[in-house]
Amino acid sequence: MKGRIAVVDYGAGNLRSVENALRFLKADFFVTARPRDLQDADGLVFPGVGEARAAMETLHDTGLDEGILGFIATGRQTLGICIGCQIALQRSEERDVACLGIVEGSARLFPGTSGLKVPHMGWNQVHFRPEDPLFQGIPQDASFYFVHSYYPAPAREEDAVAWTDYGIRFVSAIRKGHFAAVQFHPEKSGPYGLRLLANFLEQVR
Amino acid sequence: MLEKRIIVCLDVREGRTTKGIRFRENVDVGDPVEMAALYYEGGVDELVFYDITASHEKRGIMIDVVRRVAGRIFIPFCVGGGIGSVEDMREALLAGAEKVSVNSQAVRNPAIIEEGASRFGRQCVVLGMDAKEDPAMPCGYRVFLNGGRVATGLDALEWARKAVALGAGEIVVNSMDADGTREGYEIRLTRMISEAVGVPVVASGGAGRPEHLVTVLTEGRADAALIASMVHYGEYTVRGIKDHLRAAGIPVRTA
Repeated sequence: MKGRIAVVDYGAGNLRSVENALRFLKADFFVTARPRDLQDADGLVFPGVGEARAAMETLHDTGLDEGILGFIATGRQTLGICIGCQIALQRSEERDVACLGIVEGSARLFPGTSGLKVPHMGWNQVHFRPEDPLFQGIPQDASFYFVHSYYPAPAREEDAVAWTDYGIRFVSAIRKGHFAAVQFHPEKSGPYGLRLLANFLEQVR
Repeated sequence: MLEKRIIVCLDVREGRTTKGIRFRENVDVGDPVEMAALYYEGGVDELVFYDITASHEKRGIMIDVVRRVAGRIFIPFCVGGGIGSVEDMREALLAGAEKVSVNSQAVRNPAIIEEGASRFGRQCVVLGMDAKEDPAMPCGYRVFLNGGRVATGLDALEWARKAVALGAGEIVVNSMDADGTREGYEIRLTRMISEAVGVPVVASGGAGRPEHLVTVLTEGRADAALIASMVHYGEYTVRGIKDHLRAAGIPVRTA
């Protein structure tokens, strides 16, 4: 059967809410921390909250970094969430760490200027490329839930698929072929967040 | 631009909600999971479950509630009331809560904020603070414990700053003077705290009409407004309140 999702557990925070959302959507999924288990999956979800350097260290120690890159290289669908979006880039400014480099660019710290509170926490609008499959059936500029201090800054405009304003206009979703990642938390973003996850599941099938 | 949040607070005792008895037909209004689902569908941005279970032995019931809520609604929610240790925090977060809130426990043992923030991230740790006007205090407000029954020597502003320095990622400022009046939030207190700290501030206590939310989210500089009785008895709906806020030029989530 096609449509099996692997949820990568690399110790980066709590996976419960992602699992709950996938269960609610009746997805066929399993959670794993072992790179070899990824072979059995048709799609990969790569969630996480926390800190980029710690996340990268765990990925490296477990071999999941190579596992994830190998998985993406086979052309299977992958969705990164939050820290999973930031470490898809080449570097993160968070304790200056080399990341997976799936997409050119880096994760940058929000400037704590103009009275804006950091972390950026709460609901904010997402302006997306209407043709992107993840956003099908979602109204343009719908709100999603964010919790983060660093934001993805891809080097090339074409790798960005959504943008959000928080003092600066930052990229809130990226895509490179079958790899997509969102800075917000679809699993906590109400019906539109569930729709985005359902769109991903649809792509995997 | 970041939207202002409406947060609905549900008091839960031994697994049952204590308010909202006349809420709606065909729904078990005493079940926090059913209530949470109704508010979720009604467009609320976040929920807070406040555990007022008196007996320590029955605290485990709340974790089961949290687990069931997490499987049913897909927005952030916070659990407060029975959180006395880092282990309590871990249990609530693992059960699916996005945040945990500490109040009296943090006054007695401020290290819980620091430990919680370093283990789970500061975005998970909310400081709840009950404050009452008191001209004897430097900022004009004194912190109280146990829902207002016990006075402390803490100045509200100083405590807010200290809690943020320790790692609190958000502060719920509950005005004891305004609480229960339904005549509006305490604007001066909310604004003072919000301008002094670099984390979001949630206004609490005194909401009775949608205009009250408008005022506290603008003049009061609050990032979010907590409501309870306004919506629990069907007098207002979250969507109706949001329409009012939108008409006043306040960015709120459409859902």
